[in-house]
Order: sequence, then structure tokens, then C-alpha cells
Amino acid sequence: MQTIVVEGQKYDNFSMMEINKEETGDNPIQKSSTFTRRKLLLGGAATAAVVLVKSSFGKMVQTAVPENIYIPADPTKIPGPPSGTLGTRSPFENPLKKSSATSSRTPLQDLYGTITPADLHYERNHAGVPAIDPNKYELLIHGMVEKPLVFTLADLKRFPAFSRICFLECSGNFRTGKEEMTPQEICGLTSQSEWTGVLLSTLFKEVGIKPKASWFLAEGSDAAVMTRSIPLKKGLEEGMIVYAQNGEAIRPEQGYPARLFLPGWEGNTSVKWIRRIELSDQPFMTREETSKYTETIKDGKVRQFSFDMDARSIITYPAYPVQVQKGWIEIRGIAWSGRGKIVKVEISTDAGKSWLPARLQGPILDKAHTYFRHLWEWRGGETELLSRAIDETGYTQPTMGQLINARGNDMGGYHLNPITAWRIKRDGTVLFKPENKS
Amino acid sequence: MTGDTKYLEVHWWQVNIKKLKSKLVITVAVLFILFNVVGCIGQNEKAKLSSSINTDTEPGNALDQTDWPEKLKIGRIASPAEIAAKDIDVRPDGTGLPPGSGTAIDGKAIYLVKCASCHGQTGIEGPENQLVLSPKAQATGKKQKDSKVIGNYWPYATTLYDYINRAMPFNAPGSLTSVEVYNLTAYLLYANKIIKEGQLITAKSLPLIEMPAKNKFVADDRRGGAEIR
Repeated sequence: MQTIVVEGQKYDNFSMMEINKEETGDNPIQKSSTFTRRKLLLGGAATAAVVLVKSSFGKMVQTAVPENIYIPADPTKIPGPPSGTLGTRSPFENPLKKSSATSSRTPLQDLYGTITPADLHYERNHAGVPAIDPNKYELLIHGMVEKPLVFTLADLKRFPAFSRICFLECSGNFRTGKEEMTPQEICGLTSQSEWTGVLLSTLFKEVGIKPKASWFLAEGSDAAVMTRSIPLKKGLEEGMIVYAQNGEAIRPEQGYPARLFLPGWEGNTSVKWIRRIELSDQPFMTREETSKYTETIKDGKVRQFSFDMDARSIITYPAYPVQVQKGWIEIRGIAWSGRGKIVKVEISTDAGKSWLPARLQGPILDKAHTYFRHLWEWRGGETELLSRAIDETGYTQPTMGQLINARGNDMGGYHLNPITAWRIKRDGTVLFKPENKS
Repeated sequence: MTGDTKYLEVHWWQVNIKKLKSKLVITVAVLFILFNVVGCIGQNEKAKLSSSINTDTEPGNALDQTDWPEKLKIGRIASPAEIAAKDIDVRPDGTGLPPGSGTAIDGKAIYLVKCASCHGQTGIEGPENQLVLSPKAQATGKKQKDSKVIGNYWPYATTLYDYINRAMPFNAPGSLTSVEVYNLTAYLLYANKIIKEGQLITAKSLPLIEMPAKNKFVADDRRGGAEIR
């Protein structure tokens, strides 16, 4: 049994640690008097930690431990805690989503690859996250079908399964307005997972789609009873009902126990907590696809059923709030397209005057985040770093100016995918260059 | 240079690996032949082995369903009553609307009790989504920026019934009776100057209402490729 002594108190079975970053005010971890005293003694400069320990009564308690006590000077001289039942992040890593009442954003600047840890996947809901008993879950498929059927979760899992790595992105994934913005704040409403479930084509074969059917309604069982009309063609080609994400059951925030997944399409169409699919020969014109997820374009027109997410990229390093030093810097980021594979990402280190191809990390997947890198020597001059994605349809990620030219000054706030520029100041500070809509 | 001589040196372990490699090649070849011979027993297996590796990365070629049965016989048949209970959507042609009717006068009374705290006393003030065109917008006919108001942005009147019925009020979704929903629909249409105050809204009349915004809506014309749209 391992015993850790913290300022005169004794704890057994040291099993889990969590750090408390003082600057993270929005998700406070319980602070004990030990923590406060330590903070006062060291003028708030020391990083203290909070650990979960088992008390002598076997109950898990949370307590603060100064860093110099629980991190030994030489880890080879003290055996570490025994293996546990659930892995945890290093206490030194504290990536967090940035949340509002209806959404939360993936910390893109804290990630090194293309698979988003499930607990950091972005969230967008319209009436909260419903709690659904998987044993009571049912999916009804009816309407223009030969045989309306109800599937339990166990039924869905009995069907031949399919896995696919794809990004998901909210069509409202664009923020601007000030220089002090992180990639998470600018476009953190995109994440990527390996999704596993059953192909819609498999389920549609089981119910038998009538020849005249051309659309289907997808309905969720959240308090918004979210509904979207989806062209049957998309469902047959690559739609899925997914029940797993990155190998484990899908998270409640992502639609537990099952959601629709439509690769490359605006996130709202991948209806979460799906309970019903109704086949039809026309769209249903729900609120979400008429007065919500539509956008004004030129001549007072409103673009509807704008499903595809156009190609986009963002440099996630260096990006605000990091400060860089002179010398070699590997510029890193992600690029993606809802229309297929990324074929090229170009980087400009001179504010768009010249462009060089970035190296793409394979495998490059269809409708998936693709990691890019570009080695660059910064000699200390002020400049701007930009990236632009090119997809297999020949589409090149536009500037905000090009989007305004195409859609007019009154263009709506959805499907904005402009090139993001980062300003490098002489002192190495990296600032977002806000692109104003008008 | 030292680097060059090092490169030319052949160490004992490199030789051994070469030997190992050749042994491995022979083993793999033998196994391959064995597999092919065995495969002759079942033509199907052989065909699969000789073709390129089929990775299930894209749904198009992912699941070769040719050897699947017509039906997997999973799931249970949904009864008409069960479907009727779950099928709550209302379509632009009125399909799905229940019997009943409503008026703006009755709707206003319900609105003030159940909706005004979020959408404002007259549907303009908020704090949540604006529902009614402001008097200025009504007078000039000009759209206010980013306001997706019923009077200038909702293309179908039936959507009002569907949405209020499924998702409102926000703190008690699904709690309204069909008469309450008809009344609220009538009130919001009246407040946006789309119907007259006394006009009765029914399952028959609602789909016939022409919404001012209907002609604004156009299908997505983005198609990928070089053009920015």
C-alpha cells in the first residue's frame, strides 16, 4: 500500500490526480484550505494540484497537494500508483472545451492529431443534452416504406457494422472580432472521430424503400425534438446510424445512444439522439431548415438546404495565445472538406504574397480532418501566417473578400470558411487578424 | 571520411538479418502457395485472396452486400397505432395537422402567459428570438439585419404549428394542446400582418396561407470546384 503524506495528513492508495490551473476560472475544482494556504505562502505563483485519494474509510476524497510533494524529484526512486480502472490525463495537461449555453468548442490549439478525444468533441444542442435509457431506446423507420420497423439499440448493433473517420462541423463555425482569439474561439465547432454504426442503406434495405421516396425526416428525442429533412440519396450513399465514437459508446453530448451521421454535411443534419426516420417524397420544411440553418445571399435571396461544408483550414500552431521565438518553427494545422479529400494545403509566411505547399500527414481520408505541417524560419520580422485548403473538387478555400463578393454584404453567418491569418509581432506575440464580415 | 567507411562496413548482425530475411521470404512463399491450394476447395475464398485487399474505408465499396440475405430479419414491425402516436410532424401541404382551430384573440392570451417572458410582450422585444416584425420594418418593408422573423423569413405557415407543437414553450416543450398551438399560430400570423384578426386557422386553412418570405428561398447552388459561391 502506498501512503502519501501531505502537510501532516496521511492518505492511502494514491490513485488519481488532477491539476487545478488557477487561471481556469470557469471549471473550478474544489479547493481545500491546504491549497489556499500554499497559494498564499507562495504568492500564488506555485502550481498546486488536486488529487483524488482514498481515505482510511475507503471513500474517495479530493485534496490539494503542492507539486513538489506528489511529483518526486526522481520518479525512479518511488514506485508509482498501481494500475487503475480508468485512465486519466496527466495532471499537467488540462485541455478544456469553451462553452456557452448552447455550444462548446474543441480546443484545437491543444491537439496534435486529427482524432478529437471524445470528451473534447464540440457540442451544439438546442434544448440541452437528454438522458436516454439505452434499454428503452427505439428507432422507428416508417413513411414510404414496405414494412415500417422499430429497432432497439441491440437490434442496431446486430446489423453488419461499419466504421469511418470523419469530421463533424457546425455550419455556424466562424467567429471574429478581436485579435485575442484562439483557434478554439474562431472555429472550435469542428471535431473528428471514428464513428461506428450501421449504414442507413442497410436499414433502408430492411424496411424496403418505396420507389417514389426521395427525402426522409430525421427526428431526435431531445427537448427540441430536433428535425431535419435529408435527401434520400445522401442517406443511401453514406448515411449512418452511429452508436460508437472512437471505439466506445457514443457520448451523451454526441447523441447517446445513437445518432444520424452524414459525412461532410453541416452538423445540424446529423441529428443526435435519433428516434424516428420518416420516408417521404418531399422535404418537411421544419423550422431548422427554413428559418434557422439558412443564409441570406445576394438580391435578398435565402439559400436553403446548404448541406455541404466547403473546404477550410486553420493554423493551430503558432496561434494566439502563444509567443514564438526566433528560429525554426513548424507551422501546424488542420484542413478539411465536406466534398471529399484534401489534396493540398498551401502556407503563406509573407501575408499572402507567396504560397508554398505544406506537408500533409497521411492517411488522407475522405471528408476528414487532415493534418498539415510546414517548417519555417522566423527571423524576427513582423509578418502574417496564412493557410488555404484545396480539395479534390478543385475548390480553394476563399478569403472573406471572395465570400462577400459571391454572397453580398448581407450574407448570413453560416458556411463561412475564410482563410485565417495570424499576425506575428516583433516580440513573437501571435495575434488573430480579424476578418470583418462587412 | 569516417562516415563513408562506416557505411561500407558490414556487421555480423546485418548478415544475420539478411539470412533471416531470405528465410522469411521462403516461408511466406510456401504459405502463399498453401493458401492458394486450400483456396481451390472453395472458389469464393480464392477469389477474395487473389484480389487486392478490400479495406472498408468508404461506404461505396465497404460492405459487399452481394452475399447478404435479402432481409436480415432484425427489428419488429411497427403497429399503425404506434406510428400514429410518434408521427407528430406537419408538412407544408397540411399532412399531420390534427383537427381543431384557433384565433389570434385566444392566441394572444396564451402568448402573454406562456411565450412573452422569452420573446417579449409583442414578440419583438426578446430577449430570445424575435417573432414579430417591428413596426418600422412593417412600414418600410425592409428587412432588419439578421432578424429571422415570421413575417419576413418563414416560408411556410405550417412550420409554425410544427415547431410550436414540438419544441415550445422552451421550459415545457410538448405541453401545449392542439387548440393552444392553433391559437398561438393564429396570433403570430396576425401579429406579423399575414392574416386578419378574426381569421380562423384550421387544418384546412393553415396550409393555404402564403407567407411573405416564400419566394426568397432558393436551393443551394454551391457545387464544389473552383468557383466560390
